[in-house]
Amino acid sequence: MTSPEIILPDPLIGLSGAALDRLMPLHVWLSPKGQIVRAGPTFRKMVRQADIIGGSIFDLMKLKRPRLVSKLPDLMALQGQRLTLMLNTAPHLTLRGMVVALPGDSGAFLNISLGVSFAEAVAEWHLTLRDFSPCDQTVDLLYLREASALTSHESRMLTERLEAARIVAEEQALTDTLTGLANRRAMDTALARTLSNPQARYGLMHMDLDYFKRVNDTLGHAAGDHVLAHVAKVLRSEVRRGDIVARVGGDEFVLLFRDCDDPDLLDRIAQRLIGRLEQPTVFEGKTCRISASIGTTLSSYYIKPTVDQLLSDADQALYASKNSGRARHTFYTPDLAPG
Amino acid sequence: MHGLVNRALQEFVKDTYGADIWGEVRDQAALPFDEFESMLHYDIRLTRLTIDAASAVLHKDAASLLEDVGSWLVSNPAQESIRRLLRFGGTTFLDFLQSLEELPGRARMALPDLDMPEIVLQTDTPGRFRLEIRWVLDGMGSVLLGALRGMADDYGALVVLEAEHGREGAEIVVIDLLDAQFAAGRTFELDAQMR
Repeated sequence: MTSPEIILPDPLIGLSGAALDRLMPLHVWLSPKGQIVRAGPTFRKMVRQADIIGGSIFDLMKLKRPRLVSKLPDLMALQGQRLTLMLNTAPHLTLRGMVVALPGDSGAFLNISLGVSFAEAVAEWHLTLRDFSPCDQTVDLLYLREASALTSHESRMLTERLEAARIVAEEQALTDTLTGLANRRAMDTALARTLSNPQARYGLMHMDLDYFKRVNDTLGHAAGDHVLAHVAKVLRSEVRRGDIVARVGGDEFVLLFRDCDDPDLLDRIAQRLIGRLEQPTVFEGKTCRISASIGTTLSSYYIKPTVDQLLSDADQALYASKNSGRARHTFYTPDLAPG
Repeated sequence: MHGLVNRALQEFVKDTYGADIWGEVRDQAALPFDEFESMLHYDIRLTRLTIDAASAVLHKDAASLLEDVGSWLVSNPAQESIRRLLRFGGTTFLDFLQSLEELPGRARMALPDLDMPEIVLQTDTPGRFRLEIRWVLDGMGSVLLGALRGMADDYGALVVLEAEHGREGAEIVVIDLLDAQFAAGRTFELDAQMR
């Protein structure tokens, strides 16, 4: 145990009560018996009692650290140490304090500050600027707390706006990031633009990879990605400039052939695509084998088609290819309609 | 220039004159974006262009425009937070005046990268003060003049404010404090929740 700190009582300064109130609005002057001789205005506000003079300090507060005490001599023994205490009006808020002995055993002087729960304390007791000495930085802490809440709010808003912008940018993106091909949005836009010309001639191919899932499952996603990149390369090399190749799903592709609705030519292209995609590729020493099923629809089948109708018809033709044993190419005909 | 400064200008135009007018200002200043972000930094040229454009679109000289920005900053309900932060400066308008030199330091407590002017307060006579302002951006004297007018109302003080040109590009605001407690003023609770 540490011995009480010796604070020399001389030379004495005579301070008026009013001066004490301004300097230390949270002070309490105690008699040798622990009765309140006078108290600062903020302390009086916080204990919420008009008439506290003559009452015991231990009826108004509890000392928590360094230890619980209930008599003045025990409190005096803690002279000069940091005290943690609570007022009975708000026992959930811990305050900070320090006590010193007054000369000639005439009592003690206790000064208090709000400690780390200053913001809650200010709210609890409705404290104002006038309740603090200008030397007390509690007000600056409150200011800082409010200012940093504001700036972090602004930062959070910025982050949210950036996130929203990122999502929009992603939605507006026209490229499939893995293969560099167009994405579904780009294909929809290109198709809509093509359809806006009633004289446009075109072929629309829907292709789905066969056995791709098996590559993914047995050789891993990296091998799957390798296959997709390879497919993209093959597709790009088989179309002309101006045609559009899009990856519209995991292993689904749509090809738009502009100014071409020749079934013989498109069938040759489809067969060549299947043939080339069936050639095995090697990824990290492992052989990847896939094939492809294709369905095609042509502008000459329609008078005034919609994008959805074209995609749906190409899709039906594709499923006809799948159903008849995969690795095939089928043109759409009305009797393919789902039943 | 810190985004907060630019954004204050932008929000003032939007709030006072509408989003369409802001659109005109933005187009005239040829800003390469829709809105300033408060937490980013911008080339000071953009700030100057925006002030010039707002001044042209609103047919107001820059000093009057910036004075309005200052008043708006401290009196518009949506900016209550700024009024509050300023009220931490003191219990009375006089205390508040004396705290103005601390303003840049206070601002940097919250935002270390915030650009702030250099502010010096001189007391000519007990009721007369001269605020000397130096900054990279012209017109901060006008902003402060507008803000001081708003804060005097807030404290209920009666003041006469006048702008002057100082030496070496300094802007001066002369403050005559006629009555510190002329009116009741608005209350200020330390606890933000009490609003």
